[in-house]
Amino acid sequence: MQWTTICSKDDLVKNAGVCAKYGDQQVALFLCSDGQGEEVYAIDNWDPVGQANVLSRGLIGTVNDTLVVASPLYKQHICLKTGACLENVNSNVNAYSARIEGNHIQISSSAPA
Amino acid sequence: MKNSMKIVVVGNGMVGHHFVEQLRSASPQADILVLGEESRLAYDRVHLSEYFSGKTAEDLALTTPEQYETQNIRFLTDARVVDIQRDEKQVVLESGETYSYDKLVLATGSYPFVPPIPGNDQDHCLVYRTIDDLEAIQASASCSKVGVVIGGGLLGLEAANALKEAGLKTHVVEFAPQLMAVQLDAGGGRLLREQIEALGVEVHTDKATTVIGKGESCRYALRFADGSSLETDMVLFSAGIRPQDALAKKVGLDLGQRGGIEIDDVCKTSDQNIYAIGECALWRQRIFGLVAPGYQMARVAASDITDGELQFNGADMSTKLKLLGIEVGSIGDAHAKTEGAMSYVFEDQPNQIYKKLVVDSDNKKLLGAVLVGDTQDYDTLLQYALNDMVLPEVPESLILPNVGELAMPAAVLPDSAIICSCHNVSKGDVIGAIDDGAGDLAAVKSCTKASTGCGGCAALLKTTFDNELAARGVEVNTDICEHFAYSRQGLSDIIRVEQIRSFDELLAKHGKGLGCDICKPAVGSILASTWNDYVLSPDHVSLQDTNDTFLANMQKDGTYSVVPRVAGGEITPDKLITLGTVAKEFNLYCKITGGQRVDLFGARVEQLPLIWKQLIDAGFETGHAYGKALRTVKSCVGSTWCRYGVQDSVGQAISIENRYKGLRAPHKFKMAVSGCTRECAEAQSKDVGVIATENGWNLYVCGNGGMKPRHADLFATDLDTETLIKYIDRFLMFYIRTADRLQRTSVWMDNLDGGLDYLKQVVIEDSLGLADELERQMQRIIDSYECEWARTVKDPEATKRFRQFVNSPDSDENIVFVQEREQIRPATQAEKANKLKQLESIDVRQLETEEA
Repeated sequence: MQWTTICSKDDLVKNAGVCAKYGDQQVALFLCSDGQGEEVYAIDNWDPVGQANVLSRGLIGTVNDTLVVASPLYKQHICLKTGACLENVNSNVNAYSARIEGNHIQISSSAPA
Repeated sequence: MKNSMKIVVVGNGMVGHHFVEQLRSASPQADILVLGEESRLAYDRVHLSEYFSGKTAEDLALTTPEQYETQNIRFLTDARVVDIQRDEKQVVLESGETYSYDKLVLATGSYPFVPPIPGNDQDHCLVYRTIDDLEAIQASASCSKVGVVIGGGLLGLEAANALKEAGLKTHVVEFAPQLMAVQLDAGGGRLLREQIEALGVEVHTDKATTVIGKGESCRYALRFADGSSLETDMVLFSAGIRPQDALAKKVGLDLGQRGGIEIDDVCKTSDQNIYAIGECALWRQRIFGLVAPGYQMARVAASDITDGELQFNGADMSTKLKLLGIEVGSIGDAHAKTEGAMSYVFEDQPNQIYKKLVVDSDNKKLLGAVLVGDTQDYDTLLQYALNDMVLPEVPESLILPNVGELAMPAAVLPDSAIICSCHNVSKGDVIGAIDDGAGDLAAVKSCTKASTGCGGCAALLKTTFDNELAARGVEVNTDICEHFAYSRQGLSDIIRVEQIRSFDELLAKHGKGLGCDICKPAVGSILASTWNDYVLSPDHVSLQDTNDTFLANMQKDGTYSVVPRVAGGEITPDKLITLGTVAKEFNLYCKITGGQRVDLFGARVEQLPLIWKQLIDAGFETGHAYGKALRTVKSCVGSTWCRYGVQDSVGQAISIENRYKGLRAPHKFKMAVSGCTRECAEAQSKDVGVIATENGWNLYVCGNGGMKPRHADLFATDLDTETLIKYIDRFLMFYIRTADRLQRTSVWMDNLDGGLDYLKQVVIEDSLGLADELERQMQRIIDSYECEWARTVKDPEATKRFRQFVNSPDSDENIVFVQEREQIRPATQAEKANKLKQLESIDVRQLETEEA
């Protein structure tokens, strides 16, 4: 798998999202921490329902134990791990593999396992 | 059926595709072959005209080759079936190839009827049916200025919309005396015509076209039977459809006298191995030209092939749609043709609304209805018509404005009442979902889809759900969400008593999971109204909705609007100039709000700190327009200037606004102060309203505007300023502590046991002994107020978040503005696509010159 360093860990905000450029694409990055461990997730920043680049500005949380972000425009929930929209399969977005390497945040264009 | 049964489907329109989907889900093994005549697989013909407002062929597609492949469905496009060898049970393609079948399904659809007018076969005389047709229309429109649609029915008006979207001067020519003669009566047709003409589309009724000849100023001229004529560059025929039955006719299947393949109640033709569905099929001498009945036929045919028992029993042809942006609805016997039928008509010319009810001779049942300009009653009326329900005592109340509105408590609503109009969910559906085991609101939402569209019915849905559970003796679960087993009031008590200062601490002690978009902002709000810590501190930042995180209001395109506080609506010329200067420098759209201040729209996230730096330097503060907090205290000009005023309402409003600014609450709230009983500040429509009297101030509480307006109740009279403020302190803090999340003051009071009287006891008579504590808590919040923007622009850690990209200085390319009425507005998707095309062509030209 090909990894690209996209930004540093300091650019992220704990339990919230930021947006980074990955080539020409806008990717929403989320740093999730439950007190025990930290994990970074990457999905498209494009909100297919609101038709705007805003998913990085949504609130994250869990719905029935699925880790999600709620779109700030119309509040649909997107799974951070798969990009699947919980309310409507037609509103799924792409998810990317992402990892923390030291102070680097790296992503790969392949879908997460 | 046999496992390996071979099913061949001729035609891949919406109905053919629906059949394939139904059959595949009923029978994973069936060998399905789709033969489509067009070059692409099935797409959405209902929304065809959106092709001109920016939708692409991919957007309209209902499936893809990959999807069919994964479903193990074989298909051929550009495949024209020219023969059916019924004895050998095989179909023959134009290319000569043959395919055998066990069951054959004809979903060949229809073709547009082109009236036999001399000259109808010229280059720019087109039809409107397929994406290929649209491409031809687009090509023709690009070299035309004027376009005519022949046919003023439903499809004709859709086609007119397409021409209008393509930028042509558009005419509609109709043979009948009115538009949409099938669905509308004369009154509805007249109003529809007025509205369409107001959009710049010219309508010509009672016109029989006799010849399409050569024009003078345009390419062609239509000549009409009455001697008049009309010049146009192109002609679109949309004068009805004819069933595509040529193949069936050739192989000797039974057809109707006027065409259409005859089918029985399971959609079989006169050949037991051949089915016909959709617009090519004729059932009891009727063709069904809508997609819903076609889908029903598809389900019936799929069921019959897989040994199911569904039957086709005809279909309701009622429709609700938007034509050229105008809402139109037609139900049942719209023309009152039933013997003894009587009508009720309501017409509101100023607002361009027309509604008609057709009732039976006993005035008991609804037979039909016509709605133009406003179709919000459609769902309810359709329920009455379809279910044969007995009409209310006063049937006209169903269409008259402000009568029988949903202000009635959910408990007395009939089961047929529509709760969610986006997804057409009735109260009965909600009850059904509860019967089927949906134990919480989330479960009801996910199985009925209610409240997942615009969300405007969320409160009504919750009340309906709670009432229903209460009626069953079930204890209503007031847990705020799956992460905390407490109501908002419970969480508020815990936070105050245990002195909890952060969400993480609360979650660790009293919750589970990670939280969500419901509990996080609610807890953020409780923490703010208890401790008033900086909302963007690292502990709190992840709790806020985007509006609170960026201290601005997100608009539909992802940009933000900025509203500085203008307490009481009083503003100096210098500050007005600053607003203008800032708006000009950052190219922001300006609008005056209902709360007497100025809203600046179109700020990119990275511009917000720059904009606020300038505003704060000029003495402005944040207006909290983004928060569930105090918005404004509106005022009239009061005794200082007004010859009727009895007190200084502006001064009082400013002092009240400055006292409560930034106060977080379960819902946004508004206040107003009027200087006399004429009430120019509309204080009785606010959560807290103050009206001056000769002797002091009258206090009103729990009013609101918005979706369900409510007048405020008189709470106390002739108060001096000190007592007035004391009561407001207690009232607001009691509300903040005890209300549910997103509950307005009016709903909160209505739900208090004892209502207004109880509230008076608590606030005025201090019946709970809480008054001192409530006042102290309010004072603590007031003392710790700081302008969040003043702090944010000084804090480099906080401003760091105001970037589009953490790893690039670029801006979001999807944010594009165009000019309208001398200001910016967000570009539509179509305008963005156009702009891109222009940019690309510029790039190409530049490249060419560079190379040369």
